[in-house]
Amino acid sequence: MASRRSKHLLPGFGLTLGVSMLYLTIIIVLPLLAMLLKVGGMGWPEFWRIVASNRSLAAYRITFSSALAATVFNGFFGLLLAWVLTRYSFPGKRLLDALVDLPFALPTAVAGLVLVTLFAQTGWYGQLLEPIGFKVNYTQLGIIIAMSFTSIPFVVRTIQPVLEDVEAGYEEAAKTLGATGWQVFARVIWPTILPAFMTGCVLSFARSLGEFGAVVFIAGNLPGLTEIVSLLIFIRLDEYSYEGAAALAFVLLLAAFLTLLATNTLQSWQVRYADRST
Amino acid sequence: MTTRVHTRSPAEITLIGLAVVLSALILVVPIALIFAYALREGVGVYFANILERTTLHAIGLTVLTAVIVVPINIVIGICVAWLATRFRFRGRQLVITVIELPAAVSPIVAGVVYLFLYGGQGLLGPVLQGMGIQLMFTVTAIILVSLFVTAPFVARELIPLMQQQGTEDEEAALSLGANGWQMFRFVTLPNIRWAIVYGAVLTNARVMGEFGAVSVVSGSIRGQTNTLPLQISQLFNDFNVTGAFAASSTLALIAVVTLILKSTLESRGWQ
Amino acid sequence: MNKFLATAILAFGLGTPAAFAQPTDILNASYDIARELFEAENAAYAASGATVTVNQSHAGTSTQARAILEGLAADVVTFNQVTDIDKLVEGGAVSADWATQFPNNAAPFYSFPAFLVRAGNPKGISDWGDLAADGVQVIFPNPKTSGNGRYTYLAARAWATEEYAGDEAQIEAFLTKLFNNVPVFETGGRAATTAFAERQLGDVLVTFEAEVLAVRKQLGADKYEAVIPSVSFLSEFPVAIVDKVVDSRGSREVAKAYLDFLFTPEGQEVAAANFHRVNDETVAAAHAADFPAVRLVTVEDAFGGWEKVSEEHFADGGLLDKVFLNQ
Repeated sequence: MASRRSKHLLPGFGLTLGVSMLYLTIIIVLPLLAMLLKVGGMGWPEFWRIVASNRSLAAYRITFSSALAATVFNGFFGLLLAWVLTRYSFPGKRLLDALVDLPFALPTAVAGLVLVTLFAQTGWYGQLLEPIGFKVNYTQLGIIIAMSFTSIPFVVRTIQPVLEDVEAGYEEAAKTLGATGWQVFARVIWPTILPAFMTGCVLSFARSLGEFGAVVFIAGNLPGLTEIVSLLIFIRLDEYSYEGAAALAFVLLLAAFLTLLATNTLQSWQVRYADRST
Repeated sequence: MTTRVHTRSPAEITLIGLAVVLSALILVVPIALIFAYALREGVGVYFANILERTTLHAIGLTVLTAVIVVPINIVIGICVAWLATRFRFRGRQLVITVIELPAAVSPIVAGVVYLFLYGGQGLLGPVLQGMGIQLMFTVTAIILVSLFVTAPFVARELIPLMQQQGTEDEEAALSLGANGWQMFRFVTLPNIRWAIVYGAVLTNARVMGEFGAVSVVSGSIRGQTNTLPLQISQLFNDFNVTGAFAASSTLALIAVVTLILKSTLESRGWQ
Repeated sequence: MNKFLATAILAFGLGTPAAFAQPTDILNASYDIARELFEAENAAYAASGATVTVNQSHAGTSTQARAILEGLAADVVTFNQVTDIDKLVEGGAVSADWATQFPNNAAPFYSFPAFLVRAGNPKGISDWGDLAADGVQVIFPNPKTSGNGRYTYLAARAWATEEYAGDEAQIEAFLTKLFNNVPVFETGGRAATTAFAERQLGDVLVTFEAEVLAVRKQLGADKYEAVIPSVSFLSEFPVAIVDKVVDSRGSREVAKAYLDFLFTPEGQEVAAANFHRVNDETVAAAHAADFPAVRLVTVEDAFGGWEKVSEEHFADGGLLDKVFLNQ
């Protein structure tokens, strides 16, 4: 203990370590452990039967492909918003900047209710879209829209600061050397913001994978067609199939771990990148 | 950027136009829809819907949950951030990963793990029930899962900031004879207070809106363990769409206030 | 502030309430489609001079039974099937003699599976056999979580047993086709109704007559039609006191008084007005015009009692699992 004290100049190590450990153990680690025990106790064949059943496989496919599509949309939309917010000034810019965070502030259940109403046959958007053949509610398109909506801020907020830091001088220099606006973007700006862009996309993807509240309202929840993994867990729970719920929850937890790992790797890449460029 | 006085290029106009139109369609219209539907049967019906006993109780319960969860998160957030940014020790990265984890997992998983721990057939549930303590399907369970899902929010704001600020000011204060509390109160806290408020605002928004995790552990008892998002979903299932939107409007209002607060804080923080 | 918080915590039931002598509120865990019924019953109960507040929780009844075994503190259950109460008996939450504690096997009202179709009945659905036809989409809740869904299974099986003169192979073929016509199994009866009415899924909704009539009244008689099949299955809705809960809360008396009310003429009148059929003769006679005549088979006649049904049909790997492949 004495040696530790000399190592740490500032006070509070013992206190904060104790409180943090205790709290994190009770609130986060212990519940996760309970689930892992449940999964551990069920045996490999049983586990495999559940996670590799046709219905589960279909649910992964729908969840992952929808999250991917939502992330692609958010990549474009996020880049556009971040670009406009950092590069141009126009009336209402601050309002737009504040609005970007709306999907984080608005409860997901409310978002789901609003989206399903907007895209209903008689809704504000539905009555325009349905006649031209776009059915959103209770289709995979609905899942994608719900996932996009709830994860819009990620890409914007991760690239915004980086875009702000890209020195205007570089761009000006490139322009005086005769580069077109597009060339400047592709050669100078894009490589700089790429790591942040990727981080934002991974965060957006992770959030989409786990989205529940908004999706259940607008997805048809049809097994094999519009049933996401989170919902299947919920159904298994209701069916009293705790093994089923635990095994699927474990799969989602694993996916969460992997995305967390990916973000950390990307972030350290980003830091290295920033170090090199300065 | 302010020095740039120029005529806008076609590309600039297109991009701004596209961003504004898309944002209006995706972000503004939904908010407008909530209030339009909530008020479509008149102000009288709107207030009758909000003041309905079970909806009013849901509002109260949601506020109570936030009042308990937000302060706990602030204290723990500061604690973890202090630990992770002021000391180097083995397991530091693990602490950061663990507190980040809830942000990455599906809220349904959050609910499920609590059921497996405290449910009647769970790991600790039977022991607790033997002692007469019932956690699942009570307000306590709602608060616990809310603590789980919001655990990262304050710490996440504080860790990068405190990392960046370094420890020199605090060490100086100590060498001038301040004790630990004085150092924290007069040196650390003024530097991080806006980040704390910012994290608290985010925590609050998430607590009030949490749906998936809460729906697993609440038992959905009207007028007892129904939070606002659950109440909204039940009203919708009862074919009471106007009532659902009236209840939603209270949360939408909170969302708008959150955004205003956040944007004010940001501009303050930059100065 | 602290005092406010303490009061608030108490008011919201954070503390363990075992210490209160006279609970002023009880919780009724009920089936999914009974939302409107118990809203009306509870209002009538309050009007009759009762001072206790009755809180409601609604979901598929198997889901409710699981929640109670997990610790949901429901003082009384008003379910739609005996098998779910038996689950509570097995779990030690309800005493084995629950059915004798109230009249009529503790069932204040009953209903049966009937059909709701879209205006004009475009698929020409008139009986159970039509539900298994090619190109017909049927909506009913998940039999694993909902008593409503299990009644649908039993009613369809009862019809098929008569139709195919007990030939098990033909019965199973029919049921398999029927289950294959279901695009989504919602976990509760109300969610199934929402799928049919709001999401416009399916050609026919199979649910209790009570829900069929209520939905038609609420969402428009011009949009939906009720179809009564040639034969259906008597669905008595049993009630019981949850001993484990009332003993720890000391709420047995108020719980019993509440359930007793459901059997009084006032309680029966409310049920009939909310499209549930009742046993009280005067009330039933007054509402005779609302309820068409129907041939109902009982669990004893068709399947030899609930115990046999549980063992043969609903146990893991039982007859239900043969036709309901939900993996």
